[in-house]
Parts: sequence; C-alpha cells; structure tokens
Amino acid sequence: MEKSIRRYFALFALPGLICFFISFVIPFIWGLVLSFCSFTTITDVTFTGFENYIKAFTIDNYFTGAFVFTLLFTFVSVILINVIAFAFALLLTRDIPGTNAFRTIIFMPNLIGGIVLGWIWNVIINGVLAKFQMNIMSDTKFGFWGLVILMLWQNAGYMMVIYIAAIQNIPQDELEAAAIDGASGWTTLTRITIPAVMPSITICLFLTLTNCFKLYDQNLALTAGNPNHGTEMLAMNIFNTFYSRVGFEGVGQAKAVIFTIVVAFIALIQLAMTRKKEEAL
Amino acid sequence: MQVSKKHTKWIAFAILVIVSLYIIFPIAVVVMNSFKSRLFISNEPFALPNETTFVGLTNYTQGLMKTGFFSAFGYSLWITLASVFFILLCTSMLAWYITRVSGKTTSIIYYLLTFSMIVPFQMVMFTMSKIANMLGIDNPIGIIVLYVGFGCGMATFMFSGFIKSIPIALEEAAMIDGANPVRTFFFIVLPMLKSTAITIAILETMWVWNDYLMPYLTIGTEYRTIPVAIQYLRGGYGSVDMGAMMAMLFLAMLPVIVFYLACQKYIIKGVLAGAVKG
Repeated sequence: MEKSIRRYFALFALPGLICFFISFVIPFIWGLVLSFCSFTTITDVTFTGFENYIKAFTIDNYFTGAFVFTLLFTFVSVILINVIAFAFALLLTRDIPGTNAFRTIIFMPNLIGGIVLGWIWNVIINGVLAKFQMNIMSDTKFGFWGLVILMLWQNAGYMMVIYIAAIQNIPQDELEAAAIDGASGWTTLTRITIPAVMPSITICLFLTLTNCFKLYDQNLALTAGNPNHGTEMLAMNIFNTFYSRVGFEGVGQAKAVIFTIVVAFIALIQLAMTRKKEEAL
Repeated sequence: MQVSKKHTKWIAFAILVIVSLYIIFPIAVVVMNSFKSRLFISNEPFALPNETTFVGLTNYTQGLMKTGFFSAFGYSLWITLASVFFILLCTSMLAWYITRVSGKTTSIIYYLLTFSMIVPFQMVMFTMSKIANMLGIDNPIGIIVLYVGFGCGMATFMFSGFIKSIPIALEEAAMIDGANPVRTFFFIVLPMLKSTAITIAILETMWVWNDYLMPYLTIGTEYRTIPVAIQYLRGGYGSVDMGAMMAMLFLAMLPVIVFYLACQKYIIKGVLAGAVKG
C-alpha cells in the first residue's frame, strides 16, 4: 500500500509542500542568512558576521526597553488571566442559573481581532483618562495597564472554557468523598480540584504566555508604542526596525532571530513539561 | 448549611452578571458612539447620544467612504474562505501522505511542519513579502499560497494526529478491492476526518479573518482586508476620525458576533480541541 501511495507524491504532498516552502522554509533560511549581512535591497548584500546582533542592543535602548516591557507585561497578564479565568470556571461549574449564557458571553471577545480590540479599548481608556485631562499617550503606565486590561478581557473567556472542561472531568465520587470526610471548600480546591486540572493549567499558562509575548496587533491599535517607544513590545520594535528606517533591515532580522529563539525556548520548556506530566500519569 | 449554599449561589450569579456586563460594555460603547458626532467621542464616550451629539448615520457613510469597507469585506471574505478551503484540502492530503508513507523524507517534513508552528511571523515577514513580490503572488489570489504555507504546520499536525488513530485496515481493504490511492483517500479517509476538519476550519478562520500583518505587508497598498482598512483610518500624522472609526469597528464586529452566536457550539468545541492538541 505504501508503495502505491508513494507514487502519488505529486498529488498528495506537493501542493502543500510548495506553499510551505514559499511562505516558510525559504523565507526562514533566507532570513537567518540575512541576519548576518548588511543590506538595503536584495542585491547589495555583504556579510558582516554578528554586527547586526550587537547593533540590535547598541543602536538605541528601545530593543532592551521593549524586552523589559514585554516580560513585565507577560508576567502580569499571564497571572491575572489565569487566576481570573480559573475563578470564573469554578463559578460556572456550580449549576448556577444561566451558566450557558454566561459562558457564551464571556468567551465572545476571544473572536474579535486584535486591531478592532485595540481601538475599542483605546476609546474607553481615553474616555476614562479624559476626566483627569489626560490620555493614553500621557504616561507609559496607562498603555501598560491598558494592554493588561485588554488582554484580560480577550483571553479570560478562552482559558475559562479550558478550565471548565477540566473541572467537569474530575470524577464526582472524589468530590463526594471529600465532602463526606468534612473537607472545607478550600481544602477540596487545593487538594482535589487543582491537582486534577494541573495539565490544563500547564496548557493555559503556555497559551497565555505565547499570546502575550508575541502580541502585536493590539499593541499597534491601542498605543502604537507611544509615548516615545515606552509601550513598544518586542514584535513592534522588530517591525519598526525593519520598516521605519532604511538601512536597518539586517538589524531587524537579527532581532527577529533573537525573538524566535526566545519563543522556541518557551515552547521547548512547555514540551518538556507536558512530556513529564504524561510519563507521571 | 442549605441557606448558606443558596446564598453563595446568588453571590456567584451576581458576580457573573457583573462580569458579563463588563464584557458587553465596551461593545455597547462602540455602538453608542457610532451614532455620535466625532467631536464628542474622545471626551465623553460614556454619554448617551443626545440632540446635540446625535448625527444619525453620518459616521457610517463617512467610514464606508474613507475605508472602502465593502471591498475590504469582500477581500476578507474571499481570502478567508479560499485559504481555509485550500488549507483543509492540501493539509489533509499531506498529512495522510506523511503518516502512511514511512521514511526519512516524510519524518523530516513532519518535524519541519511542527517547527513552523512555533516560529513567530516576525522571523519570516520581511523575506516572505520580498518572495511574494518576486513571484508575483502579492495579490488577493496569490496570498492564499502564503496562508496555506504558513497555516499548514498546525493543520497537518492535527490531521496526522487523528490519522494515526484510525485503523489502516479500512484503507487496505479498499485498495485490495482495487481502489487506487486517490479513490481511497477521497472516499474512505476524507469522510472520517470531518470532525478534525471542522476544528481546523474554525481555528484557521479565526486566524485568517483577523490577521493584520500578512495582508498589510504583502497586498496592503492595493487591497485592504478589514483589519488593514480599520488601521488605515489612523492615517499618517493627522488625528483619527473617531466617528468613522466607531462605525467601522461595529461593522467589523457584527459578522463575527453573528457567526459566533450561530455556531458557538462548534466554535467552543473547536477552540478547546485545538488548545489541548496544539
């Protein structure tokens, strides 16, 4: 059977592979090569070694600033999103009237695109700040917390749905046994519920981690990095390095490689952690 | 004991009502302001429209003119539908091929596809848009090639995960009965992939419909999709026409919300399955 399928390589595998090579494999390799070169157009490429990587940190402070901003933002958002989503999930698994309607509403923002979301919150945050004669560009902390609120609004429902599914899978008799033994609500939560949903917690932590770390659209629509690059996240800093000044394309590509390495590193930790969990089961 | 349990239930209910209002509130603000004069939006977005601020549909007509919203809607719809269709077709075949044919090549392809899932778009955006330009696929038809290529990592991964779990005996029986691989795939394998295909279709639709950077970088100067059209309202250095912005935000959200309410069962299920497998 394998042999006869192999003969149809051109039909089954080729269309997908051609697209994959055009839009991923070739751009990836080419991008990696260009990160070690100086160039403005594709024809005047000269090899410069690690110069772009050094320049990424030395031409200005914005890349380091964006790195710190992104890490802080990711840290705060991941914790807030998951704690709140988990709390909602606990509330929604207690047969409260209207559970389905609540779930539908809370999940909804997840479908709205980043650009649209960014502008919605731009209006609201500016509206609140207008009462104090300020706007979102007045201080970086407004942009920071604005982004946190926005991501919370968008992601909490998504994570909540994952937690709900996990909580509903906990065997009912374990919970009943705990109740008969007279366990308090808190003990049941920390000793039974949380250990039982641990795999979902891992999934949600990494989902929010990568969502926050790679954020671009919301950042662009909400503050566009203002004031003075103060709310610029990594993805936006890379974009601006590429496209807002001529001659820095190589530096932009080097930054993108660094960005990719960090994201891949996060993914590897996740893989290792999920593997370990599966072995433990 | 009974009483206190009932109490907590109502407290929980009250909290959820407040949360739901918090979710709906921003959307309501957008709808409300889309009928207000743009001069009154930035400072008093939370005030209801009144005789002086109400402008009827002016913001809508202004916004439609400035953004070319209808053509943006058309491009978004076409690019999303065509991309998702070709992603499903190409990746289901590719996944079947690399799962059923063993060997070094297919396992290298599998690892490359899995690797592509974790690479952020910024890594390839510059070179990808250059290649798209060189190949002449920087148009609403060619961009589908880019979406299939960049989306095929996750889709192939999910399809092959499912194909590994279905017994090979059915396919072998079909082939012994004289069906060639093409018939076997389209009449035996493909129908079994339906539920995975729905999950993938939902995840890819959400991605392509909302995607901003790829259409902006490759086709953005000539053809605007909805996210690009909305960001375009910001213009260069001038101030944003917030009236038109509100109207367009509402028009952009409307189809998404309608689509969501119509198939929320599948969407929530699909997103859940995608998260757990991805």
